[in-house]
Amino acid sequence: MTYLRTVWLHLRKDLRLEWRSRDAIAGMLFFTLLVTVVFAMAFDPTGFPTLARQMSGGLLWVGLLFAATTALNTSWERERRNQVLDAHRMSASPASALFLGKALANLIFVSVIELALAPVFTVFYNLHPLGEVRWLLLILPLGTWAIVVNGTFFAALGLSSRNRELMLPAVLFPISIPALLGVVQATTGVITGDFEPQLWIRMLLGFDVIFTTACILLFPTVLHAE
Amino acid sequence: MKRLFWILCAFSLALLGIGFYEAVFVAPVEATMGPVYRIFYWHVPINISAEVFPYVNMVASIAYLYFRRTKVELAGKLDALAIATAEVTVLYVGLGLATGMLWGRPVWGIWWAWDARLTSFLMLFLLYVSYLLVRRFSDGSQSAVVAAVLSVFAGIDVPIVFMSIRWWRTQHPAPVLTGEGSLDSSMWPAFLWNMAAWFFWGVALVWGRYAVVRREQVAAEQTALQALEV
Repeated sequence: MTYLRTVWLHLRKDLRLEWRSRDAIAGMLFFTLLVTVVFAMAFDPTGFPTLARQMSGGLLWVGLLFAATTALNTSWERERRNQVLDAHRMSASPASALFLGKALANLIFVSVIELALAPVFTVFYNLHPLGEVRWLLLILPLGTWAIVVNGTFFAALGLSSRNRELMLPAVLFPISIPALLGVVQATTGVITGDFEPQLWIRMLLGFDVIFTTACILLFPTVLHAE
Repeated sequence: MKRLFWILCAFSLALLGIGFYEAVFVAPVEATMGPVYRIFYWHVPINISAEVFPYVNMVASIAYLYFRRTKVELAGKLDALAIATAEVTVLYVGLGLATGMLWGRPVWGIWWAWDARLTSFLMLFLLYVSYLLVRRFSDGSQSAVVAAVLSVFAGIDVPIVFMSIRWWRTQHPAPVLTGEGSLDSSMWPAFLWNMAAWFFWGVALVWGRYAVVRREQVAAEQTALQALEV
């Protein structure tokens, strides 16, 4: 119970910090909006509704992935100010609680973006999903968690590196390829209605469980790397 | 040890020569593809060897994480082995992809297909390039730990990549060595010579790179020690 309490304290701290500055959410929101607009210029979504259905799943997740990487880098930046990270290293509380709290906070931030973006996407791309839309309630959180859990971990991994802005995507994208494939396929399956997304949802679930475990087990090593 | 290294180099170079001779002059021409099929004698051996070195890298990385506080000397050696195998992995997977594309163009008519094997091999390439990037960008004291953690993640990722992409799509032929369309007996010698040649050449490369990294580590330790003493 003390572990869960520590996670909750970290989560509350991150939420409060974000509430005061609103840096991450505002940045991500505008960024994804711009990505949506730029992609709409690359092809005509209203003229080709079938093509729009086939592509919008991929576009949505590419936009979210890029936006999430910008927010993930800043999420650890907060801990570097005033040597807070050194305090975390010396603290007696389990290191993985810090990680889980931050990953959950990032999950909430990216989910807020998704909620704001879903209507924009539907309007701009003139989407009429042909599959079972309720699956998205499962696909969106699972896919977001897959990006966020690895992203939070690798952002911490790159804390001491010289080229942090580049290192996070360079490491996160190759590792997350299976999750991206799964989430894009599942979303496309729901929007086009051509195939059932269950296989990909199971795959995402497996990915999430395996990598959450790996992150929690290895985070103390990363935090105390020196 | 030094002499043994040069013997291994000479041995694997000789094997490469024999393999080249067997593949180009001795092995018969394949029925449907014609002479272009001879890329097979490099493509398959290189790719099989390319799948061995990542495992060595992952085992060395896990052992490094385990021993890094207790046995510093051994940990340094393991880290050097991890660097050497990662670099040879990138080289071999790159060669495997290149020979595959050269073969795919005349036989399939396209340079690249987003099929299960090709895509998962490309992912292996990307994972290890990112591993080398991390090593380059990280701070000296942390880079070994960070890279070892990444290697463990890559090791977890590879089977998931393979499964997920197999569900996605497949075009590459099933393994010809164990599958139905088996290799003709007259083609085995050339294949086996090249298999041995590329494996030993890879081992020689790992060994040479390992020796260089070990010397760099020792030099860095000595500089640090001198700085303390002055």
